[in-house]
Amino acid sequence: MSHVTAAVRTPLVTGGKTYADVTEDISKQVEGNPTREWTIAFTIAVIVLIYGAACVFWTWWEGLGVWGLNKTVGWAWDITNFVWWVGIGHAGTLISAILLLFRQKWRTAVNRAAEAMTIFAVLCAASFILMHMGRPWMALWALPLPNTFGSLWVNFKSPLVWDVFAISTYFTVSLVFWYMGLIPDLATIRDRAKSKVSRYIYGAFSLGWNGSAKTWARYEYMSLILAGLSTPLVLSVHTIVSMDFATSVIPGWHTTIFPPYFVAGAIFSGFAMVQNLVLIIRVVYKLEDYITIEHIESMNKVITLTGSIVGVAYLTEFFIAWYSGVEFESYAFINRATGPYWWAYWAMMTCNVITPQLFWSRAIRRSIVWTFVLSVVVNIGMWFERFVIIVTSLHRDYLPSSWAMFHPTLFDISDYIFSFGFFFTLFLLFSKFLPVVNMAEVKTIIKSSSEKLPISVSGVAKGERVANPTFNKDVE
Amino acid sequence: MGAYAKGRQIGAIGGGKKTMSRHYQFETGLSMTGSNADYRAPIKPSQEGLVVAALYNKVAAKLGGTAISTPSVEVAHLDKAAADLANSRGKALVVSGSNDPNVQVVVNALNNLLGSYGSTIDINSPVNYRQGNDQQMNAFINEAKSGQVGAVLFFGANPVYDHPRGAELAEALPKVALSVSFADRADETASLSKYITPVPHFLECWNDAEPKQGFYSLTQPAITLIFKTRQFQSSLLTWAGKPSDYQTYLKNYWRSTQYPKASGFSSFEAFWVKCLNDGVFEPNKGAAAAGGASFAGNVAQAAAGIAQRYKPTTGMEVALYEKVGVGTGSMANNPWLQELPDPVSKACWDNYAAISQKTAHDMSLAQNDLVTVTVNGKSVELPILIQPGQADNTVSIAIGYGREKAGKSANGVGKNAYPFASITGGYATYSAFTAKVEKASGTHVIAQTQTHDTVMGRQAVLQESILAKYQKNPKAGRYEPKVQTSVGPTDPTDITLWNGYGKPTHSWGMVIDLNSCIGCGTCVVACNAENNIQVVGRQEVINRREMHWMRIDRYYSSDGEAENYSAMEVASANPEVTFQPMLCQHCSNAPCETVCPVLATTHSTEGLNQMTYNRCIGTRYCANNCPYKVRRFNWFKYFDNDNYDYHFNNDLGKMVINPDVTVRSRGVIEKCSFCVQRIQESKLTAKKERRKLGADEVQTACSQSCPTHAITFGDMNNPESTISKILEVELEGRAFHVLEEINVRPQISYLTKIRNKDEEPKKEATKESHA
Repeated sequence: MSHVTAAVRTPLVTGGKTYADVTEDISKQVEGNPTREWTIAFTIAVIVLIYGAACVFWTWWEGLGVWGLNKTVGWAWDITNFVWWVGIGHAGTLISAILLLFRQKWRTAVNRAAEAMTIFAVLCAASFILMHMGRPWMALWALPLPNTFGSLWVNFKSPLVWDVFAISTYFTVSLVFWYMGLIPDLATIRDRAKSKVSRYIYGAFSLGWNGSAKTWARYEYMSLILAGLSTPLVLSVHTIVSMDFATSVIPGWHTTIFPPYFVAGAIFSGFAMVQNLVLIIRVVYKLEDYITIEHIESMNKVITLTGSIVGVAYLTEFFIAWYSGVEFESYAFINRATGPYWWAYWAMMTCNVITPQLFWSRAIRRSIVWTFVLSVVVNIGMWFERFVIIVTSLHRDYLPSSWAMFHPTLFDISDYIFSFGFFFTLFLLFSKFLPVVNMAEVKTIIKSSSEKLPISVSGVAKGERVANPTFNKDVE
Repeated sequence: MGAYAKGRQIGAIGGGKKTMSRHYQFETGLSMTGSNADYRAPIKPSQEGLVVAALYNKVAAKLGGTAISTPSVEVAHLDKAAADLANSRGKALVVSGSNDPNVQVVVNALNNLLGSYGSTIDINSPVNYRQGNDQQMNAFINEAKSGQVGAVLFFGANPVYDHPRGAELAEALPKVALSVSFADRADETASLSKYITPVPHFLECWNDAEPKQGFYSLTQPAITLIFKTRQFQSSLLTWAGKPSDYQTYLKNYWRSTQYPKASGFSSFEAFWVKCLNDGVFEPNKGAAAAGGASFAGNVAQAAAGIAQRYKPTTGMEVALYEKVGVGTGSMANNPWLQELPDPVSKACWDNYAAISQKTAHDMSLAQNDLVTVTVNGKSVELPILIQPGQADNTVSIAIGYGREKAGKSANGVGKNAYPFASITGGYATYSAFTAKVEKASGTHVIAQTQTHDTVMGRQAVLQESILAKYQKNPKAGRYEPKVQTSVGPTDPTDITLWNGYGKPTHSWGMVIDLNSCIGCGTCVVACNAENNIQVVGRQEVINRREMHWMRIDRYYSSDGEAENYSAMEVASANPEVTFQPMLCQHCSNAPCETVCPVLATTHSTEGLNQMTYNRCIGTRYCANNCPYKVRRFNWFKYFDNDNYDYHFNNDLGKMVINPDVTVRSRGVIEKCSFCVQRIQESKLTAKKERRKLGADEVQTACSQSCPTHAITFGDMNNPESTISKILEVELEGRAFHVLEEINVRPQISYLTKIRNKDEEPKKEATKESHA
C-alpha cells in the first residue's frame, strides 16, 4: 500500500515515529494495566448500564405504557433513539470503506475506533428496535424464518422488514470488516504477549496470521471487497431507515427527499460522534502523533459538507410543503416551526444548520475545544431532528380530533440513558483490550506521510521482546 | 330520538325527501341537543322563563293570541324562532326542560297556539318512564324530619344521594322506625336504612312494565340468580303471606288483566308465550287516535309567576345538568359510562365547572384550574372546563358525580352537585340564580378524549352545507379535490400504485349520515360491550390512551380566517357543532397493511381490514400510519391487573366478556373489525340453513344500537341491501370519503352534514369547494 505523497502535504503521523514506535505506542495500552481514567470511566459506564438495564427490564415487565406514548404518537423517543444511533453508526463504515476506496490515507488513524463505534451504535439502535416492540419476545417473527404455520411469511412490503435486512446486513458486514482489520494487530499483540492466557486468546482471534506476503495479499483483497460491499450499505441503510417514514402517508413523513437527506444527516452525526470519541482517546492514550489536527480538520470538513446538505434539505422540505399546495403537508411544516413543539424545531435548526457553518473558520475547525463542543451540539441537533420528524408529524396529522401531545416519562429518558451505558461499556472494553488505532495500516503510511522519514526502519520494538518479527515485510 | 332524527334525515336516507325540521335551542350550557340545533342562543338560567314568555308573546302576536306581561328579554334568534313557529302552525313543537310549572304552562299554551295538540303531541300515549312528584317527596322529607314517618321502603331510589334535600333525609332516616332498602349495594340511602334486602339485577328477574301507554312489556330473566338475592316483588309477596313465586303471580295477573284484551289465542298459555316472544303486548295497537285533549292552563297566572321569579341578574349563575353517560348517577359505577366521553366536552371520569370563553377570560381562569363554586352557603371545588357555547357568567355542573357508596368505579369520581339543587315552591330546581365562583389553589386535569376543538378548515375531513343549497344541488358542500396530471385534472382516486383487492362475495361497508348522528355515543358503549374493549381509567385517558374502537369526533366551528392557523384553533364563542363517528375505515388501500412487518393486519376478500392479534409484535407502525388514528395499542395488560380494576379483573366482572371476541393482551394493536364475529356467525347460520345471506342480515353493534339510524351497515355487493340503495343515490350526492385525496379508498362513506339555516354561516369548514 505504499505510495508517494507530495512533499507539500502535511504529514499524517507526527513525532518521527518508527514502525516500532507505532507498535509500542498502541500496543502498550492493550498490554498495560488499566489506567485510573479508564477504571473510573468504565465504572461509571457500568453503573449507568445497570441502571438503564433495570429500567429497560421494567419497561418490558410492565408494558410500553411506562413510556409517554399515546394513541396518536405511537413512536417518540424509541424510534428517535433508534434512528439517532443508526445514523451515528454511519461514520465508521464511511471512513473504512468509502475513504479506503478514495485512498484517503488519513482514515487509517481513526478507522478502527470509528468502526468499533459503528458496531456498538448499531447494537444500541438494535436495542431500541427490540425495546419499541409491544411483544419483543416475538421479535424473530420479523425474520423470514421457516415456521410451522405453512405459508406465514414476513411482509416484504413493510419498510420495517427492509430495515431488518438492511441493518442486519450492515451490522454483519461492519463486524466482519472491523474484525478483519483487527487480525494483523491481534497477531502483533499475540506475538508480544507475555502471559499464556493473552497469547492464547489473541492467538485464537488472530486466526493464525503469520504476516506472510500471502496473508497480506488476502488482507488487501478482503479490504477492497468488503469496502466495495460496504460502500452501497453506507447509502442504503439510512435510505431504508428513511423509508420507514417516506413510504408512509403521514404529512411530514411522506417525503421523497428523505433518503439523501437522511444519509447526509447520518454521516453528519456519525462524524460528530467520531470526533467526540477520538478527541478523548488521543488525549487519554497520548496518541496525538497519530490522530493529529489534520485528522480532526478533515473530519470537520466532512461535517460541514454533510451539515450543509442537511440544512439545504430542511429548506427544501419547507419549500416543497408550500409549493405542493397540499394543506396537510403545509400545515405539518408550519406546525413544526410555530406549533407546540417549536422549541424542538428551532433547537434542531440552530444545532444542525448554524453549527457546522462555524467550521468555515480555520481557527475553529482546528481547535480541539471547538470541535469537541460543536460535535456534541451536532449530535444534540441530530437527535432533535429525528424527534421533530417523528413526533411533530404524528402529533398533528390528518384528523384534528386526534391531535395530542407527547410528554416523555422517566422511562423514556432512562431507556435512552441505558443505550449510553451500553455503548460506553462496550467502547471502553474495546479501547482497553483492542488496539484503538490500526497499527498495520498506520505503518503503511509511515514512509509516505510521516513527519520525518526514519533513518533506519526496524521492526523490532525497543523492548526486544519479539525474536523474529513478522510485520516488517515491506522494509526496504 | 328516532322521531327527531327522522325530521332531520334527507336524501336517500330520508326516503328521498329534501326538507328537514328546523331546530332552535335556548339553553345555558352547550348540551348534546343544543349542539344539534340549527340556531342556538345561550341564555342564563334566570332568563329561561322570560325567553319562554317572550316567545309566547311573539307567536301570539302573529297568531292572534293574548299577550302576557313579563319583563322583556334580549336573546338572539327569538324573533326568527317565533316567525318560523308561526309559519309552521300544526307542524311545530315547543319543549322545555324546566321543572317550573309556570314555565311549562306557558310552553303548553304556546303549543296550543301552534296547534300542536293532536298533531305533534299525542296526548293519549304518554311515556311512563319518568314519573315523580316533587311535592309529595318534599312532604315526606318534612314528615321524616319531624319523626312522623313510621316505615319507609326504598326501591330503585337513592334519595339521600340524588335528592336536593338528601342531606336532610340522611339526618332524618334514623328517626324512621322501619327503613328498608331494596338495593343491589349498600348505597348512600341503603347504608342508612335499618335493613338492606339485596335485590337482583332486573335481568335476573321476572317483571312487567308499561313504558308507554298501551304498550305492555315483559321482562324475563336472562340468567339465573348470580347471588343469593330476592327480587323486590317476591319479598313483598312473602311478607304479605302469599306464595313468593313472582313468575306465577305475574302470569296470573296477566291472565286476569291482559288476556281478556287479546283475541285470536287458543289458550292463555299461547298468549303468554307469544307475549314473551314479542316482549311486548299492544292491545289497542293502531286504534287510538291522537287528539281529544285541550289546553286548560292559566296563562296569566303562570306569567305572573314567571315575572316574579325570573329577574335579570349580574352575577354568576349555576345550571345543573345530567351527562349523557352518567345521568343521575344511579349507574355511575358502570365504568363504560364513566369512560364514555361527554358528547360535547369529550370529558370523562369527572364533572367540572363549565364556563364560557369570555367568563374564563374575565376571571383569568384557564382549563383545569380549580374553582370553588358556592350556592346557598354550600361549596364545591371543581376544575374549570372552558366550554364554547356556554352562556356568559354562568357555570354548568353535571349532577350524578361524587358518589360515595356506589362502588369502586364511581366512588370519589367528581363532586356531588345535587346540594346546589333546591326546592322552589315545592318543585326541585336544578339551577341557581346567585352563585359565587372563586379561584381556588391548584389544578385538576380533566380527562378528555379530544383536546383539539376545531377541524382547521379541513374539508377533506368534514363536508357540510345548508339546506337551501342542498335542495338546489345534492352535492352541496362536497369537496372534490383534483390532482393535476399530464392529461389534466384527475380524481386522486384514479391514480394509484395498487392493484386493489377483489371482493368476489361480499363487500362490507358502512354509510354514516352526519345529519342523523346526534353524537350521543350509544354506538361507543355498544362497541365496548360487543368487542370486549378495555376500560383504562381517568389517568390513561389523560395520557390519551383510551381504547375505544369507535369514537365520535366533535368539531366546533371557528371564526378564524382560512390559513390563520392559530385563530382556526379557537372555537367560536357560540359555535356550530358537528359530530363525526370515527372508526376503522376498512380502507381498500390500507396504509396500515403495507407497513406491518409480520402481516398481522391484512385484507380479507370481503373488504375487511383484519387484525390478527396473536401475530402482532407491537411495532405500532400501523397505528402511526393510520390517517384516521383509529388503531389502539395495549400499553399495559388491562385484564387481571389491579391497576385497571374495572370489569376484567375478577370472575364477576368478566361475565360481561363477549365469548365470541378475543380479549387482547398487552403489546398488541387492536381496532374495529366491523364486528367480524357477527358477520361470521350470520354467514354460518345462513350456510347451515342452506340459504343466501339476507340483504341486511348482519348488523354491527354500532349500527344496531344507533337510536337515530345514522349508521347503515351492509353488503355493498348486494343490490338489495339498504346500504347499496343509499349509495346508489348518494354517490352522486352527499356521500363522501374522509380524506378522499389520499386514495386509501375507505369502505365507509359519510353523508354531508346539512344544516337547516338560512344564510351561509361564517365558518372555515363550510367554504365552498374548489372549482
